[in-house]
Parts: sequence; structure tokens; C-alpha cells
Amino acid sequence: MKKIIPFLILVLLISCSKNNDITVNPVSVQFSFNHNWQGTEVTSADFNDLKFTNENGETLSIERLRYVVSDIVFTHESGVVTTFNEHKLIDVTNDDLSFSTTNQLLPGNYTSVTIRFGLGDDYNIDGAYTDLNSANFNVPSLLGGGYHYMQFDGTYLDSNSQEQPFNYHAIRAVSITDPNNPVFQDTSFTISLGSVVVGENTTIKINADLYEWFSNPNLWDLNVLNTVLMPIFDAQVMMSANGATVFSLDQVTQ
Amino acid sequence: MKRCVLFFSILFVLASCSSSNNDDVYTPTPVSLNIPEIFALRLIDPVIPTSNPLTEEGIALGKRLFFDKRLSGDNSQACVSCHSPRKSFTDNVQFSIGIDGVPGTRNSMPLFNLAWNFNERFAWDGKELSLERQAFEPVKNPVEMHANWTQVAQKLQQDSQYPNLFLQAFGTSTIDSTLITKAIAQFERTLISGNSKFDQYLLGNIQLTTQELNGFNVFMREDKGDCFHCHGNENNPLWTDNDFHNNGLDAIFTDFGLGAVTGDPNDNGKFRTPSLRNLAFTAPYMHDGRFATLDEVINFYSEGLQNSPTIDPLMKSVNQGGVQLSAQDKADLKAFLLSLSDNDFINNPDFN
Repeated sequence: MKKIIPFLILVLLISCSKNNDITVNPVSVQFSFNHNWQGTEVTSADFNDLKFTNENGETLSIERLRYVVSDIVFTHESGVVTTFNEHKLIDVTNDDLSFSTTNQLLPGNYTSVTIRFGLGDDYNIDGAYTDLNSANFNVPSLLGGGYHYMQFDGTYLDSNSQEQPFNYHAIRAVSITDPNNPVFQDTSFTISLGSVVVGENTTIKINADLYEWFSNPNLWDLNVLNTVLMPIFDAQVMMSANGATVFSLDQVTQ
Repeated sequence: MKRCVLFFSILFVLASCSSSNNDDVYTPTPVSLNIPEIFALRLIDPVIPTSNPLTEEGIALGKRLFFDKRLSGDNSQACVSCHSPRKSFTDNVQFSIGIDGVPGTRNSMPLFNLAWNFNERFAWDGKELSLERQAFEPVKNPVEMHANWTQVAQKLQQDSQYPNLFLQAFGTSTIDSTLITKAIAQFERTLISGNSKFDQYLLGNIQLTTQELNGFNVFMREDKGDCFHCHGNENNPLWTDNDFHNNGLDAIFTDFGLGAVTGDPNDNGKFRTPSLRNLAFTAPYMHDGRFATLDEVINFYSEGLQNSPTIDPLMKSVNQGGVQLSAQDKADLKAFLLSLSDNDFINNPDFN
């Protein structure tokens, strides 16, 4: 008992001590994605309905939409760059639209925040991520392996008003014209979110205008490019270019 | 200060002494699943509910119950009657016959790797939202085991051994349907199939034949079989996405599948993707067992698709009738699919 008493006193002293220093703890940042079609909100409740019209004039429905984001980069006003090598599968079909970063950083003023659509080549490692494997998001090894960037499935009305499927699947562009010498191009891209003040409870809300996938700069003709797009190098490059105007900052909340 | 120290000292001593009281409380022996190496490497952890942790006693009890015909109304059928270990825990008839001689309307699903059904929707139509709930249903289903759960519990309660087995597994000898289904679910979670020829190939232990490799190529090519979008790949060795799709079986539905469960007409005709493991043992195929052979299944995807309002957009070749495989592609694909069968699983003495 005599040995316990000094220990308890020490515990009490530590517990009772006051520290007037201000401690700044690292924080996670939440990201949230909202979707729209030329400004009209789109949720999973809008799926399976031929209610959208793309710039090429095709009426279409959305039946499945999920994509992966990764590689979050914060540039502090001091110039220090913090990179989060993590990813998240955004699954609009199942309303899984937000996440808090696994990594943390100090609150402060960040002059630039970016997040990547898809997975950059260094990160896009075949079979490496158990969550994406379990979500069946893989790309066949004969197309270079790794993971889909996006699975966007639905139907459209063709020129004969017949309903046809489309599988707008984005992956790293690959040409297998010569299977022994495949040519790859990293078609993931960064989404710039501008300057952000990171506090203890910061949420960065991002808008995704799905119309843009079909319109700018490449007018997308679903009668021509509809299914089996994964092996088409040029289609992947076009998707990547169109993606550049899909995402934008909505607002930052604290 | 002295009072404070004294108070905490007494509290500390009391806390130290109280642990001796736990010696009298019986706790069953925790068990971890024997996870195949290929699953551990490539998949997230299996789902084990905190409300029903795996224990040696619970699993052993669950196995005993799985084989016990007293779970049926007339003591003539057990779970195993329609879920035979040697047949990858299904049977080989289109529709299983219940105790009253009445056939069901769905093909008996094989049972394995159930803890890796991450969204926990079970049965062909996803109506059961946990394995425990799934185990509850066939016992009371009038065209299956057609029993009354209260009477089943009473029968087991009167048994000379069961009360003690439940005491060992769950800390109570009072038997009810909740504990019965918990035990069965524990046993079912141990039904793990992860040692097929293809698994051994992935681990670098054996080689596949040229035909099997060609078949895997057909499976993985978006412009050929395009099977992988729903049925997994070498990095998702469950060989199912455990999701629900209308794969183009019918133009007009007689069974609405998931749609009957959710009430959403957009879900009509959708059924859970079955795993492609153990196809060598699980004929007939599809939710209604309409295809007697694997050849019929492959021919269906190649030339037999039917259009309907809810057909999955991934069935992109529906307007051509299917993916139009050559005879060689079909033979190769079949050879690959059979390489996913796991003889060790059906012969595992722990399950028989």
C-alpha cells in the first residue's frame, strides 16, 4: 500500500496540473460530393429513369455511378505541401457520398487544395487495395490492371428511339494494338478546389455536373461510343478531358 | 489531499479485488475464422457481428443443429437436406421439395464464404438482412421445413444434451429461436471455400492449362465474355459482387426477385449474383434452376439474352442476343470456370 500512495499522488498531480499552452491538434478534413445535371440535383432517387438529355440530344438514364478519388494535396500559405496518399470510392448508387480523410493535418490557411479523380499511375497498383478489390472495381490485367476510375452505367435512346445500354467506364488509357507492347497514359486528373481555411470541423463540398461528361470539350455521341470503352485509348483520353469541367468547389463549411 | 489519496487508494484496491469474481462466469472459447491466404491478401475482413461472435461451442452446436431433422415440422428434414456438404451445400434438383411434398420456387443456394457478403443481403432476392435472419426463415416456411419455432425450441429443450450445449455456447440452457439461429449462423460462417485449382494458381503453386488460361481471358475481356464486372476477378476471389442484377433471363417476369422485396419496380427481375466457385457441384443453375448444365448457362449468355425494362446495362449485347462466343471460347470459358471448384471444401470433415 505504501508503494501505491506515491503513485496515486503522481497520477493526481498530473491530472490536476494546468497547462495554459494552446495545443493545436491535427484534424481530418471531410469531403462531400453532390451531383447535378446542369444545375438540377441528381441523387440515386433519379436513377433508372430516362430523364436526362445530353448535349448531343440523346435522352438517357443513369443506373449505376461510382468513382474513386485520391491523392489529396494541401498547400499551406507557408509553402509547406501535405499530401494524403489515400482514396475513397464514391458510390452514388448507394448514397455513399462523403468521407473524412484518414490522414490528418494542422488547421490553418491553405492556398491550394486538390483532389484527384481516379488513381495516379504511382498509386494505381494492381490488387493493392482490399476495399476496392472487395467492391469489384478492378481492371483486367490484360488492360494493365489496377482499378477503374469510374463506372457510369445507364441506357439511352438511339436514333430509332430504342433503349440501348451504355457503360461509360473510365480507366487509365491503354492501347493494346500490340499486346506485347501496350501503351499507357495516366488519364486521372486533379480537381482544383482553390484556397481553404482548415479548422476543427471543415467540410469541403464538391459539385459534380454529370452533363459535362458528355459535352465539353468533346461532344459525346452515345450512338458511337457506348459500351466496351475500356480498351479504346482515345475514348479514355476524351473522358479525361471532359472530366476537367465536371467537378468544382461548392462551398467550405466549418 | 489526504482524503483524496485515501479515496483513490480504496477504489484501486476494490477494483483489483473484484476480478476474482469473474472466475465463476463461464465463457465459451473464442474462435477466429480460418481465412484462406488469398482472401487475407486481397479482401477486407469478413463480417462477424458483435452480437454473435464465433465460439467453439457455438459452431459445434450450430453444426449439430444444421444436421438435426427436429428443426422441421415432422422431424423429416434438416437444413442439410437441401444444403448438402458434398454438393457445396446445395442440392441437385431444380426446386427442393419441402416436408409436405411441395416444391419451392427457387433453387437452393450453395452456402460458402457467407461472411464475405459485405452488404449482408442474403437469399436470391436479398430479403434476409443477416445470416441469423436467413437461418430463421426456412424452418417456418410452409413449403420448406414447415415448423413452428416455439415447438422446435420445445423439442430441443426436452433433449438430453441440447440444454447443456446451449449453456456452453450461450450461457443459458433456455433454448429459443434466436439462439438456435445464432448457432446455425456461426456454423455457416465457417463454411469457407478458398482452395480451388485457380486459388493455387494465384498463389503460384501450380500452373493452369492453356485452355483454362484462355477461358480466363474470355472471362476478363470486355469485348468477349465480360463476366468480370459482376463475377469478380483474380483480385476479388469471391467470384461474385454479391450485388443484384437482371441478367436478361426473361422478357416477362414471373418472379420479381429483389423488386418484390423493395417494392421498387426498377428492381424487378434482379437477383443476387451467385459465386462461380464450385460450379462443378452446384447444378442446376440460376435462381430458378432452369439450366441443367454449365454449357446451357454459357449458351444463354452467348445467344439467349432476353430484353426487359430492368435489364442491367452491363448486359450490353442483349440486342444481339448475347456476347456471341465461338465454340472454342465457350469450351475455354467452361474449363476456366471449372478450375474455380474446390474439392477440399466439399470433402472437409469439419462440414460433414
